[in-house]
Amino acid sequence: MTGTTTETDPAVDEPRGSGDAPVLEVRDLHVTFPGSGRNPDVTAVRGVSYSVRRGEVLGIVGESGSGKSVSSLAAMGLLPDHARVSGSIRLHGEELLGLGDRAMSAKRGAAIAMVFQDPLSGLTPVYTVGDQIAEAVRVHNPRIGRADAHRRAVELLELVGIPNAAQRAKAFPHEFSGGMRQRVMIAIAIANDPDVIICDEPTTALDVTIQAQILEVLKTARRETGAAIVMITHDLGVVAGFVDRVQVMYAGRLVEVGGVDDVYYRTRMPYTMGLLGSVPRLDEEEKAPLIPIAGNPPSLADLPPGCPFAPRCPLAVEACDAGEPPLVPVGGEGHTAACVRAGEIEEHGWTARDVYPVPEIPEPAAAAVPRADRATVLRVDGLVKHHPLMKGAVFKRRVGTVYAVDGITFDVREGETLGLVGESGCGKSTTLMEILSLDRPQQGTVEVLGKESGRSTAKERFAIRRDVQVVFQDPMSSLDPRMPVFEIIAEPLRTHGHPKERLRSRVHELLSLVGLDAAHASRYPQEFSGGQRQRIGIARALALEPRLLVLDEPVSALDVSIQAGVINLLDELKARLGLSYLFVAHDLSVVRHIADRVAVMYLGKIVEIGDVESIYRHPTHPYTQALLSAIPVPDPEKERTRSHIVLKGDLPNPAAPPSGCSFRTRCQKFAALDDTRRALCLEREPELTPAGGRSADQAAACHYAEERELL
Amino acid sequence: MSMSVERAADGAAVDEARVPGRWSGVLYELLRTRRVLFGLGILLALSAAAWIGPLLSPWDFTEADILARREPPSADHWFGTDSIGRDIFTQTMVGLQKSIIIGLCAAVLTTAVAAVVGAFAGYFLGATDKVLMWITDLMLVLPNFLVLAILYPALRGQGYIVFVILLAALAWMVTAKMVRGMTISLKEREYVLAARYMGVPDHKIIFRHILPNMSSLLIVDATINVSAAIIAETSLSYFGFGVQKPDVSLGSLIADGSTQSLAFPWTFWFCTGLLVLLVMAVNLIGDGLRDALDPQAKRRS
Repeated sequence: MTGTTTETDPAVDEPRGSGDAPVLEVRDLHVTFPGSGRNPDVTAVRGVSYSVRRGEVLGIVGESGSGKSVSSLAAMGLLPDHARVSGSIRLHGEELLGLGDRAMSAKRGAAIAMVFQDPLSGLTPVYTVGDQIAEAVRVHNPRIGRADAHRRAVELLELVGIPNAAQRAKAFPHEFSGGMRQRVMIAIAIANDPDVIICDEPTTALDVTIQAQILEVLKTARRETGAAIVMITHDLGVVAGFVDRVQVMYAGRLVEVGGVDDVYYRTRMPYTMGLLGSVPRLDEEEKAPLIPIAGNPPSLADLPPGCPFAPRCPLAVEACDAGEPPLVPVGGEGHTAACVRAGEIEEHGWTARDVYPVPEIPEPAAAAVPRADRATVLRVDGLVKHHPLMKGAVFKRRVGTVYAVDGITFDVREGETLGLVGESGCGKSTTLMEILSLDRPQQGTVEVLGKESGRSTAKERFAIRRDVQVVFQDPMSSLDPRMPVFEIIAEPLRTHGHPKERLRSRVHELLSLVGLDAAHASRYPQEFSGGQRQRIGIARALALEPRLLVLDEPVSALDVSIQAGVINLLDELKARLGLSYLFVAHDLSVVRHIADRVAVMYLGKIVEIGDVESIYRHPTHPYTQALLSAIPVPDPEKERTRSHIVLKGDLPNPAAPPSGCSFRTRCQKFAALDDTRRALCLEREPELTPAGGRSADQAAACHYAEERELL
Repeated sequence: MSMSVERAADGAAVDEARVPGRWSGVLYELLRTRRVLFGLGILLALSAAAWIGPLLSPWDFTEADILARREPPSADHWFGTDSIGRDIFTQTMVGLQKSIIIGLCAAVLTTAVAAVVGAFAGYFLGATDKVLMWITDLMLVLPNFLVLAILYPALRGQGYIVFVILLAALAWMVTAKMVRGMTISLKEREYVLAARYMGVPDHKIIFRHILPNMSSLLIVDATINVSAAIIAETSLSYFGFGVQKPDVSLGSLIADGSTQSLAFPWTFWFCTGLLVLLVMAVNLIGDGLRDALDPQAKRRS
């Protein structure tokens, strides 16, 4: 690590000795997409300058639409032809801007490489991965023979940690899991020892345990090639542990630049503060409300004069509207911030909690009553959902079973939030759908509000639907795009015979309950931002005053600053309306923040369940420990000293789970056991057994469960 | 995209009292579009001409003016006369009446049948799907001509309604298959799931969420069907269904006129021009309807 570098302000920047010359240097980059028809031009990037040196990792952080991806696509010459790019992009001092596509192609993949977010669309489905890597090698070195290129491909696959590389090189992309595909993409990126690797949200589409693996691979790649890495992400945790320098982007401009410690601990720009304050933390001591940033990012098509963040900024003064503040040096070396009040912030040492209004969230009334005395809202006992795998066109025969949900038991009490967490494919969404369908499960029972599913009449079922509502993950597809918001929220009311004359007042009441303007009722869902759409979804779910709200990843599609607002809203509604939540998520930090109890699922089974404090502070199941350990914490100091448990491999095929304990194939504990003790894991499936010890409400399904402190 | 609208939304002061319903909103949007008004205007003018025109004309549409055969347009015969001296204006207007009725009714009916069959098959799948798709496939593989030959004795000399039903019955299958495919993908959308878990009955979900979300397809299909039905009517008339001589329709007039369109252009171009005008009017209305039903298209334009 070369550590901190000089200012990024072009005026101040002095070229150093040739050994330390920046590999990639971007100066005053502007990117404009001309609007079609009467639409105004969209200025996605407005004067971005940065440079990276060999072996350095630069993080670019920002919310969606901040221009972070566009600026790197410009460096790769991958922007569409109609985009207007100005400024300067130099690779080893050679100007890239204005180079033709052919000249650019010689650079791409050889000197500058990119890893994209979606590894599936990056690979051609009809060629083996070995061929695709070999192609990347040969295209820039035509003299390398076919056999040599293939050998190099296998080497690269080994380097990125694909087991059995020689054999797997002959496999096709669809035979690889998402994490494995991303490894292949990294192998292609480093095939020609590039000098710069640009990673555009490389781990966003992946599970946390896989994310930890990929970050390890990227570290290896940097070590092997000595390349500079530009890491574009929205995840402040990933940045904290991985990069040397951070730059925060907002509305197409850099608003804060500096060493990672400076930016995280001595934040000088209110936007960065807001970002850091709105992330739910895994390592928080006390449960405190998150600090959302009010409002939404501005439209890049018509920016108001002055600081683009001023309309959302709690510190905005009149001077903010006068003109856009330039990046000025603050505090430590190379630390710059674009804020007129940066000096004041420094002087007073303000943090997010001082600057932003901290929302008050009332304590739920139900919390006063002990859990055992509260009514059970949902009871799931031994729920099983197996999907048969069929083969044959005319005569179908069963060739196997996917054990999507394989006997899970839990209950949700009144006024309580149960978080159901696990990696994708562990069966958490299937569990939700089974509960919501109110059909009789294949095995086991589901009892909603004391009524057993599948045993009630159609009329009773209809009545239960009233009390159980759902909020979906994707705020785009959960609202009918052809219906105005009023109709969307009125639909449950109409269905359940709400009096017509009070329909409008109820809809308006619901809109204001979730913090939206009642005047927006006649608009269509597309006219709202992601966070607002999710609020509409919540308003619809609350319309019938349900007792149980089932939330399927309700915030995972939202930006952090928006996410914080929705989480706070859910917290508040729970307290005010006495709701119970069944909250499915893959983000353990969010769950820690919102849930009272947590159930961790792995391959269709609950491996550990208990109250939040116990599970997060002293998890006993190796999988829970690995999950928690894999989550990056937005705290550079802690992140550097933490030791991560990196799980091996991927989720096993749910159609052929391993014998005995299904986690043993990836288990770090199993790996450390001797053969006699391993026998138990191989033969017997562990059952959920209370952990005893400190907490009464904690049970894990592991033969060798043992507490372990992680944070 | 959404962000930009967002800001506009915050800035604009909106009258809180006015929350139009879903369909009145669509209607309002529809009547505001110039294209639609233009299309509606043409359609109304055509209908007026078709029904009022023959009353103004001194000639009856079956009446032959023996002295004026194949005359070009004149003060006596506004659109000229045909080979046996019948007044083309009167004939065209009477033909237009039939074509408007048959074309519009058959098109709407075809699309409606296709939408309902396809949506129910795709939504319920299982046995419903099997039965409905079996019928659809059967209708597709049965040669229309054979069906006609069998139905010929029973249907001969029946009124327009039977004719419209027959036209619709022969044309809905391909659209139904498309609708089924779209329904299968739409029913996985979360808003459909949300409606289901809310307790909305299945048939209401189909009509409230699924069909409106494929309205673009249905409207395009219906507008194409208008011209297709008018043309199909011509060929069917040839086999002795529907419009029989001396009765006329635009289709039969075009068929007659096309043989002499170069020598006596007025026998061909007037009826063809009106058909083009009619189809264009329907297309304009269809376009506007599609945009009014699709809130995304509104802002794009």
